[in-house]
Amino acid sequence: MRIDRTALADLARGAAFLGSGGGGDPYYGLLLAEAALERTGGFDLISPSDLADDALVAPCGWIGAPTVSVEKLPNGGETVAGLRRLEQIMGRRIDAVLPVEIGGGNGLAPFIAAAELGVPVVDCDGMGRAFPESQMVIFNVRGVSACPSVLTAACGSLAVIETDNNLTHERIARGLSVALGGIAHMVEYPLTGTQAKHQSIPGSVSAAIAIGAAIRTARTERRDPFEALATALRATGLYPHCLTLFDGKITDLERETRGGFSIGKVVIDGFGGDGQMEVLFQNENLVARLNSEVRAMVPDLITIMDRETADTITTERLKYGQRVKVIAASAPSMLREPAALALMGPGAFGFDPAFTPIETLNNIEGA
Amino acid sequence: MRIGVDVGGTNTDAVLIDGSLVVASTKQPTTADVSSGVAAAITAVLSKAETSPATVTAVMIGTTHFTNALVERRHLDRVGVIRLASPSGEALPPLTGWPDALAAGIGRDYFLLPGGYEVDGREISPFDEGKVRAAAKACRERGITSIAVSSAFAPINAAMEDRAADILRQEHPEAEISLSHAVGRLGLIERENGVILNAALASLARHVIASFERALRELGLSAPLYISQNDGTLISAAYAARYPVMTIGSGPTNSMRGAAFLTGVQDGIVMDVGGTTCDIGVLAHGFPRESSIAVDIGGVRTNFRMPDILAIGLGGGTRIHLNEGDLRIGPDSVGYRITQDAFLFGGDTLTTSDIAVAAGKASFGDAARVPDLGPAKLAGIWTRIQTMLADGVDRMKTARGDATIIAVGGGHFLVSDDLKGAATVIRPPHADVANAVGAAIAQIGAQIEQIVDYAALPRETALARLKQDATARVVAAGGAPDTIEIVDMEEVFLSYLPGRSAQVRMKAVGDLAAKGEIRHAH
Repeated sequence: MRIDRTALADLARGAAFLGSGGGGDPYYGLLLAEAALERTGGFDLISPSDLADDALVAPCGWIGAPTVSVEKLPNGGETVAGLRRLEQIMGRRIDAVLPVEIGGGNGLAPFIAAAELGVPVVDCDGMGRAFPESQMVIFNVRGVSACPSVLTAACGSLAVIETDNNLTHERIARGLSVALGGIAHMVEYPLTGTQAKHQSIPGSVSAAIAIGAAIRTARTERRDPFEALATALRATGLYPHCLTLFDGKITDLERETRGGFSIGKVVIDGFGGDGQMEVLFQNENLVARLNSEVRAMVPDLITIMDRETADTITTERLKYGQRVKVIAASAPSMLREPAALALMGPGAFGFDPAFTPIETLNNIEGA
Repeated sequence: MRIGVDVGGTNTDAVLIDGSLVVASTKQPTTADVSSGVAAAITAVLSKAETSPATVTAVMIGTTHFTNALVERRHLDRVGVIRLASPSGEALPPLTGWPDALAAGIGRDYFLLPGGYEVDGREISPFDEGKVRAAAKACRERGITSIAVSSAFAPINAAMEDRAADILRQEHPEAEISLSHAVGRLGLIERENGVILNAALASLARHVIASFERALRELGLSAPLYISQNDGTLISAAYAARYPVMTIGSGPTNSMRGAAFLTGVQDGIVMDVGGTTCDIGVLAHGFPRESSIAVDIGGVRTNFRMPDILAIGLGGGTRIHLNEGDLRIGPDSVGYRITQDAFLFGGDTLTTSDIAVAAGKASFGDAARVPDLGPAKLAGIWTRIQTMLADGVDRMKTARGDATIIAVGGGHFLVSDDLKGAATVIRPPHADVANAVGAAIAQIGAQIEQIVDYAALPRETALARLKQDATARVVAAGGAPDTIEIVDMEEVFLSYLPGRSAQVRMKAVGDLAAKGEIRHAH
C-alpha cells in the first residue's frame, strides 16, 4: 500500500489513540514524516509476508520522556546515523523498517527512516500500542535479542549497546537517554524476515490508519467520532472491545520527568458530581480508577480524548480544566498471554499482578 | 461606571455599565482610522446616559483587528525568527506546517542558533553572543524591524531569551522584540508559532492601541484603558501593544460571555452574527467551550487557550450573487460599507440584510428600495441562509437533540426563530451589542508563579496555599470573592534543584465586583 499525505495524517490520528497517552507527540511526529514525504513523494507499506526470510528488518523509534519530546526536537540526522551504524555492524543493507511501537509519534518514526534509506515500512510492530519501557515488546516475549542496538541524539552522540539480556539493554538505553537530555533515537531488536512475520503484532500500522480514517470521516460527516472509533477498533480484529469509562473535567494533574520517564497522575471530576476518575501514567496511561475502583489496567489501552472532537490528548498535553472522555480498549490478545503479562502487565509496574480485562471490569455484554 | 467597546470589522459597539446594569448602548460604523469610530461610540453612550466622562472608571476594549489581520494576511510585518536550540530542532525549522501564503508574507528569515536548555537545566549548547549579534545585524540590513525569539525550555528558564533580547536591543535598537516565554508554555513549535504571529502584528498593534488611546484623550477620558484577552480577562493597553497575540480569541469570548450574562443561560449555543461572519460557540456549564488540543489561527497551530469557535462566512453584509446562473451567498461581504452599498440604504448591492427586510424578518432601512425578486426566489434565498446557519450549529453540537440558541450580534435577525436544531432561540435585550457587554463585564485574572519544594511542604498544602494567594490577588484587584475559580494550573518539576521542587503557575479568575473598581491589571 502506498502511503500518501492523507494516510499519514490518518496514521498520526490512529496511532495517537493506540499510544494510550504516550509514544511521543503525534503532531511533531507527523510534521517530521510529512517533511520526509516531501523529499521522497511517498512511502510503501508492505505486508510482513512480502519479506524474504533472510531480510534484515530494523525496528526503530524514540526513547525518552514525552515532555522532553515537545521541547527538545530532533536535529534530523539521528535516524540515518543510527541505521547506517547498524548496517556497518551487520555488514549488510537494511531491507525494511518498522515501528517498535505503533502508539503515538513513534508509529510515524520509521517513515523518516524509510525516506532516508529508500526502503519500505512493514505493516506490523512490537507492541500494538505504546509502552514506557523497551523490553515491553512482543519480540522480547518471543525470545528475540534487543541487540545490537544503536542510540543516537540531536547533538551527534552515538552509542552502540551490546548486552546479553533485554532488561539490561533497557536500563543502559534509559540511562543514556537521560544523559543525552531525555530523548534519543533508537534502533533495536534487529529482525530477520522470518522473525518479523511470526514474532510481531501483524497489521497494526494499517489498523492505526483505519482507526484514524474512521475518526476523520465521522467528523466530516458529522457522526459521533467515538462510535466510529469503537467500530473501527473492532473491525481491525486486534482490539475487540472499546468503551467510554468516564466523561468530565481535569481538576488536578501531577506530572514529573523522572528517570527518563514522564510520571504522574491526572484527576478528572465528572460533570454534575458523577464521581471522580484517577488515571496513573508512566509515559503511557497505566491504570484508571473510578471512585478508587479499578476500571482498566495495562496492557489494555486507556486513552484520554477531547470529549468534543475525539482528539487524543497525550500525557504531555494534558492540562488543568480540559473537558475529556476516558476511553478504554482491549489490548491485542497476544499481550494478554501469561508470558506477555509477566513483562507488561500490571505487576511489571508495581501494581497487583493479577490482570483483569476491561470486559470483566466493566461487564461488557458478549465478552 | 464602566464602558465596554467592541471594535469589529463592520461596527464599533459601546455600552455603559453601572454594576450589572446596562445603562446605555450604541452601534456605530467602524471607521477607517478606528479612533473616530471609538470616539463616536463612547460619546453616544455618554450622551444617552446624560453622564460626564468623569463618572467613567474604566474603559475595556475588545477588538478583532489582530485576528482579522492574521486571517486576511494584511498589515503583517516581516519577521526575523531567532531560535536558540541548535543542534536540536533543525529537523523542524520555524514556520514548519504554516500555510505557504502566510509564511511567504512573514518571510522565512530564521536563524537556528546554539542555545536552549535541557529538561534538567543543563544547556543544550552554550549561548553564542557573536552569532546572535550577527543575526541582529542581518535583520537590520534586511530592513526587518520585528524579531521573534524562541528557545528550548524557555518557560522553565528564560535567561537565554532575555540575553538575546539585550543584544538585539544593542545591535538593532528600532526592532520590536517578542519573546516566546511571554506567550506560551511547553511545546516549542506551538509556542514559537505564537511568538512569530505576535511579532507579525507588531506595527499594527502599536498603531491600533495608539488610536484607541487617542480617542480616549480627545474625549477627556482619564480612565484607564484595558484590552480583553483570549480568556476573558483584561490586560493593560501598554501590554496589549507589545503582546497583541494575547487578544486574538477575545472577540468570541466576549460575545459568549456577554450572551451568558444577558440571558443567564448556562448551557447552549451562541450565534454571534456580525457584518461578515457568524461565530458559533458553545456554552458549557456557563463557560465558553475550549478546544483542548490546539487552536489554528490563520491556519497556524498554537497552544493558546481559547474558545472553540466555528466561523462561517455569513453576516448582515454578506453579498447575494444571483447573476451567475445559480444562487451563491458570500463569502464576500460589504462589511462596514453596508450603510452605503446595500439596496436598503440606497446602494446597488444585494445583501442578506436586504433579503431579511424584504422577507419581513427584520425592519430597518427602506424596504421599498430592495428590488422585487418575487416570493419564490425570496423564500429560496432565506431558506438557503437558514440551512447554512443550521449546518453550522449542527457542526458545533455535541449531543443529539435540539439546543438552546442565543442569537446575538448586529445581524442576529438572520437567525430565524424556527431554526432547524434549535429548541428555542433567545434574543436577549442588548443582543446586538453582546460583544461590548462581554468586554465591559470582563473578568479579573491573577497569575501566580512560584517554585515550591514539596519535600519541605506537602503538595496538597502547597497548592491550597497558592490557590488562596491567587484568589486573594483577584479580590485585591477588584474581583468578587464568591465568583473566583482556578482556571489554570501548571506544574513543572525541576529535577536540577534539591528536594522535590516544582515550578507552579496558577491562574485565578473572577467577575468584577458589582460596584468594584479594577485596581491593577498587568
